Amino acid sequence: MLTPHDRPLLAGGLIVVALLATGAPVAAADPPLVAVYGDIVHTMAGPPIEKGVVLIEGGKVTLVGSALDIPVPPAARAVRGRVVTPGLIDAHSAVGLTGYLNQEQDQDQLDSGEPIQPELRAIDSYNPRERLIEWVRGFGITTIHTGHAPGALVSGQTMVVKTVGDSVDDGVLVPAAMVAVTLGDDARPGDAKKSPGTRSKAVAMLRGELVKTQDYLRKLDSDDAEKRPDRDLRREVFADVLRGTLPLLVTANRATDIDAALRIAKEFGIRIVLDSAAEGYLVADRIKEAGVPVIVHPSMRRGGAGETENISFETAATLRAKGIRVALQSGFEGYVPKTRVALFEAAIAAANGLTAEQALATITADAAAILGVADRVGSLRPGMDGDVAVFDGDPFEYATHCTAVVIDGRIVSEEPR
Amino acid sequence: MNAFRIEAAGPRAPCGLQARTITARRMANSVLMIAILAAPAAAQERPVAFTNAEILPISGPPIAAGTLVVVGGRIAAIGPATTTAVPVDADTIDCTGKVIMPGLVDTHSHVGGGWGGDASSPIQPDVRILDSINVRDSGFRKARAGGLTTLNIMPGSGHLLAGQTIYAKLRAASTIDDFFIRDAKGTPLGGMKMANGTNPQKEPPFPGTRSKSAALVRQKFLKAQDYRRKADAAKGDPAKLPDRDLEMEGLLDVLDGRVVVHHHCHRADDILTVLRLREEFGFKVVLHHVSEAWKVADQLAKAGAACSVIVVDAPGGKIEAMDLSLATGAVLEKAGVPCAIHTDDPVTDSRLFLRTAGLAVRAGMSRARALEALTLAGARMLELDARIGSLDVGKDADLVVLSGDPLSVQTKVLQTWVEGVKVFDRDDPDDRLFAVGGFGAGRDQRAHACCTDGRLAETESK
Repeated sequence: MLTPHDRPLLAGGLIVVALLATGAPVAAADPPLVAVYGDIVHTMAGPPIEKGVVLIEGGKVTLVGSALDIPVPPAARAVRGRVVTPGLIDAHSAVGLTGYLNQEQDQDQLDSGEPIQPELRAIDSYNPRERLIEWVRGFGITTIHTGHAPGALVSGQTMVVKTVGDSVDDGVLVPAAMVAVTLGDDARPGDAKKSPGTRSKAVAMLRGELVKTQDYLRKLDSDDAEKRPDRDLRREVFADVLRGTLPLLVTANRATDIDAALRIAKEFGIRIVLDSAAEGYLVADRIKEAGVPVIVHPSMRRGGAGETENISFETAATLRAKGIRVALQSGFEGYVPKTRVALFEAAIAAANGLTAEQALATITADAAAILGVADRVGSLRPGMDGDVAVFDGDPFEYATHCTAVVIDGRIVSEEPR
Repeated sequence: MNAFRIEAAGPRAPCGLQARTITARRMANSVLMIAILAAPAAAQERPVAFTNAEILPISGPPIAAGTLVVVGGRIAAIGPATTTAVPVDADTIDCTGKVIMPGLVDTHSHVGGGWGGDASSPIQPDVRILDSINVRDSGFRKARAGGLTTLNIMPGSGHLLAGQTIYAKLRAASTIDDFFIRDAKGTPLGGMKMANGTNPQKEPPFPGTRSKSAALVRQKFLKAQDYRRKADAAKGDPAKLPDRDLEMEGLLDVLDGRVVVHHHCHRADDILTVLRLREEFGFKVVLHHVSEAWKVADQLAKAGAACSVIVVDAPGGKIEAMDLSLATGAVLEKAGVPCAIHTDDPVTDSRLFLRTAGLAVRAGMSRARALEALTLAGARMLELDARIGSLDVGKDADLVVLSGDPLSVQTKVLQTWVEGVKVFDRDDPDDRLFAVGGFGAGRDQRAHACCTDGRLAETESK
């Protein structure tokens, strides 16, 4: 099996020279022609295909259909399995920033120095060699939305990245995807003397930033160059939020906090995506009315005391039944296990109110739509990235294995997991 | 939704569940008051027969269409429907299409908000977790919803020895006494929690290294051996007996083999350190978590050491768990090491205990051994296998009724029974709340009280 890691050793210098000559990235040696066969192929772009095949050429899906109808060139590398799905998408994670050892040197998901730091970019911390990336990829996760974690009012930016590559540039799809905002208890810093100390204070601080940025934008538009403001990283990020090009990812669990998030979105006319939403089922009508999608907490997230005490296995199903677009996530874990696996979280949702196809959508097509990458990943149709997960049975069953993972037309894992 | 048919001895009652409750109340209100006062409030009053179920006894092969009869809180009969008689006065529950297995045994749980030792010292064998457990904690209702019937409730791993654990039966409870499993003398049974590796390491008087950890433990056990010698030398003469010492008494329970040590350990060398101490002091031990047991499986097999494994979704979270593997159960099975699985709730959710066995199978463990790891293997490690862990005549009627294959994600725990009494029913909306979560599922459950039915009528808004 050729993996991205051993390819350069085998390929030698000639291919590298050829790639440089064509201007392609060095790591991106031409992906082989791959034909992925499945007893069932879930394309997520139409009904499942029995005895289907997905043909991937040059890293992109070129043909999808019945294996009886599609002419597969003899040179194609064949990958076979019982069930084939699009490469899975983890709609919210901190993997790559929060390392698996959980030691100071591998924890970059949160800077607690200040409560509001939208200028912190995920791409500057992401470690593509982090072991947990390989771990989740082994279960079919080919794309993750990762970055700064909940825990500060505005903790920083997130990014969308493929689970391959030796540098962030190799895998990144969206370098600045959203700005991570936390409302509720997790927005409070450890030091009781520091703000925000209450929910109202947190909302006031966030509104204050957005109001300041409105002023900044007005000055930026000034005809008089003298009156234009100096560059300011924080303002520039919030300016994109106000322009509607960068959504806020608002982590909120209590219904109170979800309402606050919707209130802010309405006041400033900005795009938000709700994250976690443990009590989302209490305010589902208002979420629906606002047209806001929800990346629901991991199905198996622990409740315990505190603002997730009312958490439910059925929230994804409840919100979806209201017509709200939902995705699932691995979330952020501060201890053992250091990450969850989005596939497993969708499995629990599939046993708690979602159909299998709906649950699969939470980690494929609907996740892609919420992340704004539905033109690249999340479904299998011609023109899409050649990202595929292959299973030896129902992907949601505990004892099923992910037997092959293909990203951009390259087989990156064939170890059953 | 209720696919069960509960039949009274006479004409069939479609809503038999309710009918039975009313009958029970009537009986309680009249002739049985004396008996009720003498016995635990929730004791089984009539025989119950589960019929037409696929039964997984664990101690033997599955029974395709089986009957299980419960009398007086114990299993009175189990076998194929064709050869197993149902008593005429039994409530009959038709379990066609359902699966029955023993109530799940969790060898390592932290449900109930209990704490063991405090920050005063790293070794506190005098401290009992039974003195701090809230039996109304919602976690117990969630545990019943997961099919758990017996828990080893433990203090944490922040001490070398954090205190005495308690083996709890998840009966309906208003005090911790209702959870106790007692020996012949009436003493509540439990174990002793110990830990090594990084969790107990902190500022003095706690240890700063692994060697210091072992030295502190050894010194304390040597002291207990001295105490034992003085007690023996007194030859029963009260004047010569050493003064009572709760710490020493706790350690003597361990040294004399009355109590099993439940030892938190992750790294391979920490696992072997526990075996070294066991060799020196001769205590009984179950090794818990054992992230790196797969590295020393042969030594564990040779030592005949029992392991209770945690199954989590990823390695890491702490350096000691960096090489944690989903295949640990499979490797231990192959090596012939006794292996149970535990929740470590809240690290994993009791409601998803079956799932952890499913993941162990995913990584290569056999189905039979994985199901045993949730039941009989754990019962053996708690030395309770004469009473629980499998479905055999004479054992406690602790069982779970499932909607299907125990290792399928789609399977639901429908009912949980402890000693012939139903303690969880997914069809009861109040129970269902704790099974799936939702508003109020994090709150403590209502009290089981004699006079108020656990609620104050004036404030009950339902």
